Amino acid sequence: MNKKTTWTLAALAALVVAGCATGPSVSELNDLARQVAKASFRDEGIVKADKVLNADETNRLCSEADVAGKPLDEAMAKRIEETNLKAIQWPADGQFLGDWKQGEAIAQSGRGLTFTDTANTVNGGNCYNCHQIDQKEISFGTIGPSLYHYGKIRGVTDPASEAAKPIVEYTWGKIWNSKAYNACSNMPRAGHSGILNATQIRHLVALLLDPNSPVNK
Amino acid sequence: MLVWRVKSKGLTLLLFEQNKEVTMQRSRLLFWMAAAALSCASALAQKTASQGIDEYRAMLQDGNPAELFEAKGEGLWTQKRGPKNATLEKCDLGKGPGVVKGVFVELPRFFADTGRVQDLESRLLTCMETLQGFNAAEIAKTGFGKGEQNNVTALATWIASESKDMRFNLSQSHPQEKTFYEVGKRLFFQRGGPHDFACASCHGEDGKRIRLQDLPNLTKNPGDGVGFAAWPAYRVSNGQMWGMQQRLNDCYRQQRFPYPGFGSDATIALGVYLGVNSKGSASIAPAIKR
Amino acid sequence: MADPMRIRAQASGDKATVRVLMSHEMESGQRRDAAGKLVPAWHITEVTAALNGKQVLAAEWGPAVSKNPFLQFAIKGAKAGDKVAVSWKDNKGDSRTDEVTVS
Repeated sequence: MNKKTTWTLAALAALVVAGCATGPSVSELNDLARQVAKASFRDEGIVKADKVLNADETNRLCSEADVAGKPLDEAMAKRIEETNLKAIQWPADGQFLGDWKQGEAIAQSGRGLTFTDTANTVNGGNCYNCHQIDQKEISFGTIGPSLYHYGKIRGVTDPASEAAKPIVEYTWGKIWNSKAYNACSNMPRAGHSGILNATQIRHLVALLLDPNSPVNK
Repeated sequence: MLVWRVKSKGLTLLLFEQNKEVTMQRSRLLFWMAAAALSCASALAQKTASQGIDEYRAMLQDGNPAELFEAKGEGLWTQKRGPKNATLEKCDLGKGPGVVKGVFVELPRFFADTGRVQDLESRLLTCMETLQGFNAAEIAKTGFGKGEQNNVTALATWIASESKDMRFNLSQSHPQEKTFYEVGKRLFFQRGGPHDFACASCHGEDGKRIRLQDLPNLTKNPGDGVGFAAWPAYRVSNGQMWGMQQRLNDCYRQQRFPYPGFGSDATIALGVYLGVNSKGSASIAPAIKR
Repeated sequence: MADPMRIRAQASGDKATVRVLMSHEMESGQRRDAAGKLVPAWHITEVTAALNGKQVLAAEWGPAVSKNPFLQFAIKGAKAGDKVAVSWKDNKGDSRTDEVTVS
């Protein structure tokens, strides 16, 4: 038995003895879970265990809320959303839209960032895993809402117009950092977490908002 | 006599029109009725993508290649192997030395001799080491599909088959079993990695799917033969036999998490959480998957 | 020696249905590995079946048959107690024969 297992066993044994009458407290269990995770996961490929297990405040608080089975209280949720909103990087040149055809390819691809990928893998957006987007694609997930007719439903006929600005910015923001608008969203923070770069996100915004995109036909 | 033939999805309706003048209106009415009937019929005849996949999977059930691994595992149980040249017939999987029937649906559980909660695959490592003299740590470090790992998989497949159709009934009487349930629950909801994924991101709600793959809600009992009750399973898409350890490993890989050690406490704790949640559901392991 | 086949033979009326699960990688010879190299062909080329020693089925298989193949066929006139033997040979010269009694 290696050192890590012995240490965790000792911690577990101590917990059991201490909590014999009433069982370990919530915070003791949280600590134990952290120790178990640290002892169980190892670095592999391009993934560093430390980085993943020491999640940021957003993930930590949302995970705790899920374990407790209660949603985050409003004030905390708002604070998380504000923090994430402030962290959004808007396009430096003010160009929000790219090429919807490349956007479709990015939405279809789920590659990158796993422990069997390399640093050279071009990351995909994973979008179809959770969303319906182009109606032609029948292999879509339902973890997120359908995005078919995304621009059409929102009345965006000219993404460059002043009227469309709020929707265009929201779309960029949501893809860059979904938690800016919903603290415990299931959706990844593509830009914030370095999954996709600004160019790729431009293509995705076009996929959703370009009137010529099949999404809006 | 004019004949209208309306055809759709293998159904053909022939409408006969006798006198062109008088029956013009009637033929139009008939046409629309036919069109309506055909679209209803075709809607009934048309399968959802999910149904089509279910039919394909049902067809695969016959001659599940998992049986090949079952046969291999059964042979390994009574074969003298390892530095100690011994069989596994004295291995205690939770219901006494050598008892295999019914153990799968009670794992993971606490074992007094090792002082820890163990799942099937980590318990097999314990037995392979203590009875046969193999190095458990070495086997744990060996990648899936290589060396002794193949034997662990075959053994796990056979042992699971000896509980086929029995209902999950994990013990929560030992304090460590209760603690591991809570640890497993926390791991299940732990968000992390660049995608902020937790197990719950995919398996935390009813009626969701990823692409076209239905996702069971694993925060509660997902029903007979689903989730925890369906592994080990033979995966047709890559022709591989996967135990629960490999299933969890690949889930974590797709979550962009680091590598969970084979038989590590994190994987065992998750097994406790999933297994206890499945209480009462029937195991169909070893199953067959796409 | 290759891994054993799983054979089941069940008599019903005037025939017996035989179901065979074979353990074989069945590499088509067209797949490339992670490094881009062609994985050499390694698959079953011949399958035969015999009822009480007399051949009742002969098949030539190629790269289109998938891994761990499942074969099902019926033998007219076979009854409970008869012996069914299934054999295969592959392109590397390996072979396997397994026998079962019709139930």
